[in-house]
Amino acid sequence: MQITLLAFDWFFLIEKLVLIIGIISVSLVIAMYETWAERKVAAFIQDRIGPNRAGPIGLFQPLADGMKLFMKEEIIPNTSNRMLFILGPCLAMLTAMMTSAVIPWGGTLDFFGRAVPLQITDINIGILYVFGVVSMGVYGIMIGGWASNNKFSLLAALRGASQVISYELPMGLSLIALLMVSGSLKMSTIVGQQIDGVYNVLWQPLGFFIFLVCAFAECNRTPFDLPEAENELNFGYHQEYSSMKLGFYLFAEYINMFISSVIMATLFFGGYDIPFVSDAGLAESIGQNWTVLLQGLCLFAKTAAFIFLFMWVRWTIPRFRYDQLMHLCWKRMIPLALANMIITAAVVLYFKK
Amino acid sequence: MQSLTSRAKQVDRRPMTFLERIYVWEIFKGMMITLKHFFKKKATISYPEQKREFSPVFRGLHVLNRDEEGRERCTACGLCAVACPAEAITMEAAERLPGEENLYREEKYAAKYEINMLRCIFCGLCEEACPKDAIYLSETFAPSNYQRKGLIYGKPDLLIPDPVTQPEEYKKARGNRANQNEKAN
Repeated sequence: MQITLLAFDWFFLIEKLVLIIGIISVSLVIAMYETWAERKVAAFIQDRIGPNRAGPIGLFQPLADGMKLFMKEEIIPNTSNRMLFILGPCLAMLTAMMTSAVIPWGGTLDFFGRAVPLQITDINIGILYVFGVVSMGVYGIMIGGWASNNKFSLLAALRGASQVISYELPMGLSLIALLMVSGSLKMSTIVGQQIDGVYNVLWQPLGFFIFLVCAFAECNRTPFDLPEAENELNFGYHQEYSSMKLGFYLFAEYINMFISSVIMATLFFGGYDIPFVSDAGLAESIGQNWTVLLQGLCLFAKTAAFIFLFMWVRWTIPRFRYDQLMHLCWKRMIPLALANMIITAAVVLYFKK
Repeated sequence: MQSLTSRAKQVDRRPMTFLERIYVWEIFKGMMITLKHFFKKKATISYPEQKREFSPVFRGLHVLNRDEEGRERCTACGLCAVACPAEAITMEAAERLPGEENLYREEKYAAKYEINMLRCIFCGLCEEACPKDAIYLSETFAPSNYQRKGLIYGKPDLLIPDPVTQPEEYKKARGNRANQNEKAN
């Protein structure tokens, strides 16, 4: 029975609402367990065991950490700009969550005869949207560092801003090469092409590598974690933050890591495609909904591999010096990305003829 | 110049090769090393469940000894207190009264015997100084406490259980090392 009220498709609204709530809670839970995984990976790489007291193999540790952050006293410095001080972590969290809207998390569910795609919005400028939101992420750092009214925070924020803006250039250039191969900005089309053909990483290995390095820099992860270089800047841009505001900053970092892993998996590693299996054939044998579930799990497996890579690199490499960071970006990454772009363009043109 | 140990290594100051300058390959090598450690056996000992074995010469918490009949060996001569470099031992002597021969081995005994575990450096000089074999260092260490006064151990904390009435506890308190020494003798 179709209910039409004020010409709204109410089922559409409910469907999207459920999807948004689901995806946001999933990414929050994943960010929560990323903190646990980070500590475990760090411990294992350093020949230790890691958190293992709270619950089986320390699985309740993030709950305990969250509890601690909530219980702590919230301090807003007298000299800070109060409004901006609160806005900073909110913005960091908001921009971290917003990117998840355009990512296709799986195929199309068949829900009592209604086709429900596992994607919040399939806009035709998907990648541009991701870029726009990611570049807004720098405001969280900037505003937080500025509003703290603290020299260290400000220095860290400036570093963070210049780093993020610099690394967006090679990231964008490497993506242009990818877009020339796929010919579309729509996330679902890019994934669809990879399901039918081969993964983009085979066409664009150099582009993927540049994107990976830039993703590390965008997420402020080691070796590019200069905004929170604690031996130079005490605690970086969240120096003056306490309680859950600090928690939001840390959480936003982990969500960013999750989202950029998902984007890498989507753009270069086939998204929700199940490797070595024909998805359409699978849907015929075990049913559409089960296939979609498997596809979602597959995307999460790919994402988990990238997240592990993030952590693995963090606990291996020391931090760059600031001039090395800028040198790497402007004198190495950008020329490399430009060359990649031009070569890709030439090859694409040659084969189009 | 001859090096002091055979492990000394000359610093390599040659200019970096192309592979080293690219840095990516070096990062990959480093990541392989950390991956190897990822699967290595962990060095951690999960303390309260798992305990590390003490070395045979470990010097732990003090024990005031008794003889085979369960009488206290200490005569409160004060040699341990004199020997103690940290001045952690305090004692008060008392004379044995008639009828207390089953409690104290000699005519004089320690009415009060206290060791401040916060001062003690566990050097074992008291054990060496004692002419009566009355004090020795065991294979345990002092548990933590919330108050300082809880770490001043008196006679009830230090005395070994009576070997006549509580033989099992006595054996446990003596520890492996003393029991093995006895067997060897």
